[in-house]
Amino acid sequence: MPLVYAGVCSHAPGITGRAERADPEVRDAFYAAYDAMRLRLEATQPDALVVIAAEHFANFFMNNMPAFAIGMAGYYEGPIEDPEWLRIDRFRAPGSPELSQRLIQAVMHTCDVAYAEEWRLDHGIAVPLHFLTPRFDVPIIPANINCQGPPLTPLSRAWTFGEALRRAADSVTERIAVIGTGGISHWPATPDSGRINEAWDRDFLDRWCAGDRERLCAYSDTDTYLDAGQGGFEIRTYVAAAAAGAGRGTVHFYAPIPIFAVGCTIADIEIG
Amino acid sequence: MSLYNVQKFLYELNRDERVLQAYRTDPQQAIARYDLDEEERGALLEPDIGLLYHLGVNGQILMHFAAFCGIEWSDYLQRMRDGVERHGPVRAGVYALAGYEGVEAHSRRLGQDGGEEDPG
Repeated sequence: MPLVYAGVCSHAPGITGRAERADPEVRDAFYAAYDAMRLRLEATQPDALVVIAAEHFANFFMNNMPAFAIGMAGYYEGPIEDPEWLRIDRFRAPGSPELSQRLIQAVMHTCDVAYAEEWRLDHGIAVPLHFLTPRFDVPIIPANINCQGPPLTPLSRAWTFGEALRRAADSVTERIAVIGTGGISHWPATPDSGRINEAWDRDFLDRWCAGDRERLCAYSDTDTYLDAGQGGFEIRTYVAAAAAGAGRGTVHFYAPIPIFAVGCTIADIEIG
Repeated sequence: MSLYNVQKFLYELNRDERVLQAYRTDPQQAIARYDLDEEERGALLEPDIGLLYHLGVNGQILMHFAAFCGIEWSDYLQRMRDGVERHGPVRAGVYALAGYEGVEAHSRRLGQDGGEEDPG
């Protein structure tokens, strides 16, 4: 069955953890955009939600860092962070190991991935699920791209990974939805936290909406770091989602919210 | 200089309740099995967030250690700024690899104001 939904959203821990410190007007508009994304996602009646994340040393460390990984567990617990710090209660999200296995097998024809039967969710997935599947009633399949520990997964490979996911999703009978979470420009958890390069973000989103592989993959890591911070490396998740969706993107919400430390983004991609 | 081992300890502390309990009970003993130099041991035991940042610990690992130590978010950011002020640019790791400019240089280059407008 062809992929039923593709989109992207932000996942910064401040979105839930420092909620009361944001401008209420823009915060509530962002939350409303998240809720509208939930409704669009639910309308596609997905059998499983693949979440392409940029996890932050919750499961994968520099002792054995995969360029790509996909979860194959029966369930996923989170958040790995202190629930009071993130303000998301501990939860157990259902998985679908048998479906994971089929998807992984299909992806591996064109893109090497590690698989993981153990995976604890950090804010990178917990925050999106908090808004998008708050009842934890949709099986999820976490996927990860190394956006944290250099050498990072090349952008061109992130695109290849997205294409491979799309082929895999189309090859199974289940209704698969895909979201990418991360970025765009931000300097998370550093002295520059709160800085957001809005011009860079908007240029990136233009490229992303156009599904322009060449321009999306044109960034060097050094330039990304200098212009968009360490968090900018997470554009890999958006690049993969664009490749999976393969259609035009629509930005439903974008606003810099410094106390959330990111330009908060909600966007969908047509299934092309 | 063993940034890898400092980060390995903090990674394990962040995700393993047993390491967390061991650190609570006897911090010196908890870090003893990691191959660290004196400066790194001191930074972990103090704990000196500014020095750990200067040594190159990734913020995605360091912020959870700071929270565990009861350091509030704005204070955490300030301690890193103080660390760079006191010790100089980040020495190793992802921030050094790509050339960390420091907050003020960054602001000038991007033509922006500083980071969080209200750090308090």
